[in-house]
Amino acid sequence: METSNRQITFTPDLFEPVQRSAADAEKITGSPVGFWGDAWRRLKRNRIAIAAGCVIILVLTLAVVGPWLTPYTAVGQMLDRQYESPSLSGYWFGTDEFGRSMFDRVWAGTRVSLYIAALVTAMDLCVGMSYGTISGYYGGRVDNVMQRIVEILNGIPILIVAVLTLLIMKPGILSLTIAIGLVGWTTSARLIRGQVLRLKEQEFFLASRSLGASTFRLMSKHLIPNVFYIVIITLMYTVPTAVFFEAFLSFIGLGIQPPAASLGALISEGAHQMRFHPYMLTFPAAVLVMITISFRLLGDGLRDALDPRMRQ
Amino acid sequence: MLRYTLKRLVNAVIVLFIITTATWFLMQLLPGSPIQNFEKLTPDQRAQVEEQYHLDDPLPVQYAVYMTGLLRGDLGNSYLYGGRSVTSIMMERLPVSLFLGTQAIIIGLVVGLFLGIVSALKQNSIWDSGAAFLAVLGVSVPDFVLAPLAQYWLGLKLGIFPIAFFESWWHSVLPSLVLSTVIAAVIATFTRTEMLEVLGQDYVTLAKAKGLSRLAVVMKHVLRNSMIPLVTIMLPLTAALVTGTLIVETVFSIPGLGEQFVRSIFEKDFPVIMGTTILYSVFFVASYLLQDILYGIIDPRIRVAGHRE
Amino acid sequence: MATVNGEAVLRVDDLRISFRTYAGEVQAVRGATFDLRRGETLAIVGESGSGKSVAARSIMRLNPESNTIVRGGEIIFDGEDLLKLSEKRMLDIRGPKIAMVFQDPMTSLDPTMRVGRQIIESLKQHLSMSGSQAAERAVELLKLVGIPHAEERLKQYPHQFSGGMRQRVVIAIALACDPQVLIADEPTTALDVTIQAQILELLRELQERLGMSIILITHDLGVVASTAHRIAVMYGGKIIETGTVREIFYNPKMPYTWGLLASIPVPTADRSQDLIPIPGTPPDATNPPKGCPFTARCPYAMRICEEEMPGYTTFSHEHRAACWLHHQMAPNIEPPARIGGAK
Repeated sequence: METSNRQITFTPDLFEPVQRSAADAEKITGSPVGFWGDAWRRLKRNRIAIAAGCVIILVLTLAVVGPWLTPYTAVGQMLDRQYESPSLSGYWFGTDEFGRSMFDRVWAGTRVSLYIAALVTAMDLCVGMSYGTISGYYGGRVDNVMQRIVEILNGIPILIVAVLTLLIMKPGILSLTIAIGLVGWTTSARLIRGQVLRLKEQEFFLASRSLGASTFRLMSKHLIPNVFYIVIITLMYTVPTAVFFEAFLSFIGLGIQPPAASLGALISEGAHQMRFHPYMLTFPAAVLVMITISFRLLGDGLRDALDPRMRQ
Repeated sequence: MLRYTLKRLVNAVIVLFIITTATWFLMQLLPGSPIQNFEKLTPDQRAQVEEQYHLDDPLPVQYAVYMTGLLRGDLGNSYLYGGRSVTSIMMERLPVSLFLGTQAIIIGLVVGLFLGIVSALKQNSIWDSGAAFLAVLGVSVPDFVLAPLAQYWLGLKLGIFPIAFFESWWHSVLPSLVLSTVIAAVIATFTRTEMLEVLGQDYVTLAKAKGLSRLAVVMKHVLRNSMIPLVTIMLPLTAALVTGTLIVETVFSIPGLGEQFVRSIFEKDFPVIMGTTILYSVFFVASYLLQDILYGIIDPRIRVAGHRE
Repeated sequence: MATVNGEAVLRVDDLRISFRTYAGEVQAVRGATFDLRRGETLAIVGESGSGKSVAARSIMRLNPESNTIVRGGEIIFDGEDLLKLSEKRMLDIRGPKIAMVFQDPMTSLDPTMRVGRQIIESLKQHLSMSGSQAAERAVELLKLVGIPHAEERLKQYPHQFSGGMRQRVVIAIALACDPQVLIADEPTTALDVTIQAQILELLRELQERLGMSIILITHDLGVVASTAHRIAVMYGGKIIETGTVREIFYNPKMPYTWGLLASIPVPTADRSQDLIPIPGTPPDATNPPKGCPFTARCPYAMRICEEEMPGYTTFSHEHRAACWLHHQMAPNIEPPARIGGAK
């Protein structure tokens, strides 16, 4: 036998068999990592996504805690202190034409915007997921009809629906939620339906069925892990879209009206004051952009981390 | 292929039908009437006008009148502006918006494709990160933030561009640029994703194995396969363009369709709102339809229904 | 099949290839040495993860540039080390000198380009043929690989061909410029059994007719028996046994090879025979063992196997294996009874 250049002293004990149980052969060499562990590890590496996550937490915290940080309120008017520029000693974000603290208004507005976004997302998920589950599970004609409806709904632009809805309902949180959420749920419906269809074909589904498990339990038990992925991704995408739409609608006058604050309303006011008081636009705009960017980046990161195809 | 097209066409018609019916329905619920701003009329004149507008007829008749009117292009009359027909108002404003929009698409397409292709080819390099950063920014900074900011900094402070109105072509540049940011960002991201996926495909490796240079592989195989799906974003882009023009025209006081729309919301001029909504819907539906048809033409798998051995 | 004794057309010497990944450095090939003779078919056999595909792609330098690291070794072809050539020179080698066929015919062809054009591309690039010359040659090639109605088929798209037909097209593309070496990476794995046989038969015919040398990569020893002259067994990034087909099938010298042969389903009258797969999984390429890579799954493993990599023992002109069992101090182990005469 040729050996490498290294000097190896051969002793008889080296040639003794290794004591091993049958189970050892099955052991996977290398650190075993489950799906979630692997996903978490991958996510941690993505520093941008982590940073985005931190920003979101920061924004959420400030939205809740913000008003307590200052002695002012979002609606309290101080007419003798109109249009003050931001300063560290006075109003951190400045004041508006009624002397209201921009800092408080911005965070109050953020709360409203995020609240609407949350409602829209909840609606999206509830409607979308039930629709998709039913459509996928029952299949056949029911599925065909439901899918046809979805196809048509897809063709109706959100803008149109939103405008039409808001024209008849008075602008407010509920009407905005309905306006934005009315047609947006089709994506999650489709995703869930895909999952259900895939599940239906798998053997363990048939096996459970033959064991007599009830329909509902079947669907929920096997669906849950896959559902998690869909829910997370939908959330990350729907929130910034909803925030954007709310802001947009408020900007063109169909959304939240003053004195109530929302990010869109504040930006709208700020745009009008751009020439003389740019800070009125800057702060709410910055918060809006931060929310949008962070959710997107985190969403991308989560999607990459949880995507089963990316596992080597 | 024909069946595919027909199916899409039918869907489009149904959507338009739903939207126009919904708008008519809403019109009935909203305050105001076509003749609210007419000058004082004698009861006889009033009766005459009401008959002319079918205001006395039962609802289904009014609906039929409305729908047939639509097909003729009659969208009713504005509550303001001396009762001008909505169609004429819109037609006056449409060219301006089309001009802005087209300019924005051209800029967005060029910039977006360039950024997308470069970042895919030089993956993980400084170009890629830079382009990705710009793309995220482009999508995340909404037009209603960018437009006032651009107006302030580039228009007012630096004086490069005029702040408002549409008196010359130069006036349209800044608004078009603002409009194009979203388009460029979406195209860049999409192109990059598609190209990366194509680059990882077996047939690209096979092309390399044939001894084709990197350039040849990209030009002959990668680009074509990556561009085909680009057609699928026509709809979101149209949506972005429409919402964008609403904002940009308002901020820059450009007399286009969007500015009119926003103003009519503010003025509660419902016929104009409805009319514009219908026009926008037609745009959306048309672009959705076009997108589907184009995709069928471009992808040979759909165009040439294969016969298997 | 008779052995082929000839000069080496291609020689791979101690090839070491790694990849940079998010999980660390993956050592895919850790010292592979083999050669390919003129007119022969060399089968590289191994499980997935053994590094055989990576080694094959390295010959043509098809690994993704951005994260591939060549840690060592040489690939000598036509007197040059392919690993050191410029990309420009490689363009002249890929196609006319060395060509490759991939595993999945469904994804190997550009779906938006007509089949004829995909063949002609290669012809125009390397042989500077005119349009009509190239078209003629393309038709010839399609006929050569056994596709009927070749003239019409030229104008069709890949999705209009079945799996087996597509693979023939891929082979036609590979043969377009008359290469000396054809590397077939699992060419039949994605096809069903009857088509597999046809494609293998085609490869054999083509080799006889054109005198090509073929490297056939597979995980299926059954495929090998009818088409290869020599076999190189690969595991954990290393070649652990090489020999002629007869030698490997009738006189294998390594526990891993014994395991591979035992896992071939052999049709016997006695249906009670079980499939015996080798228990366990291949080693982690990010953290490869320092001794023999098969140790963890080897029923005959000794302490030295864990510590040191065995060297090669030569059993005949062609037959070499790397296993500590061949050391004079090792106990005498007879291969399991079922192995001899597995074919």
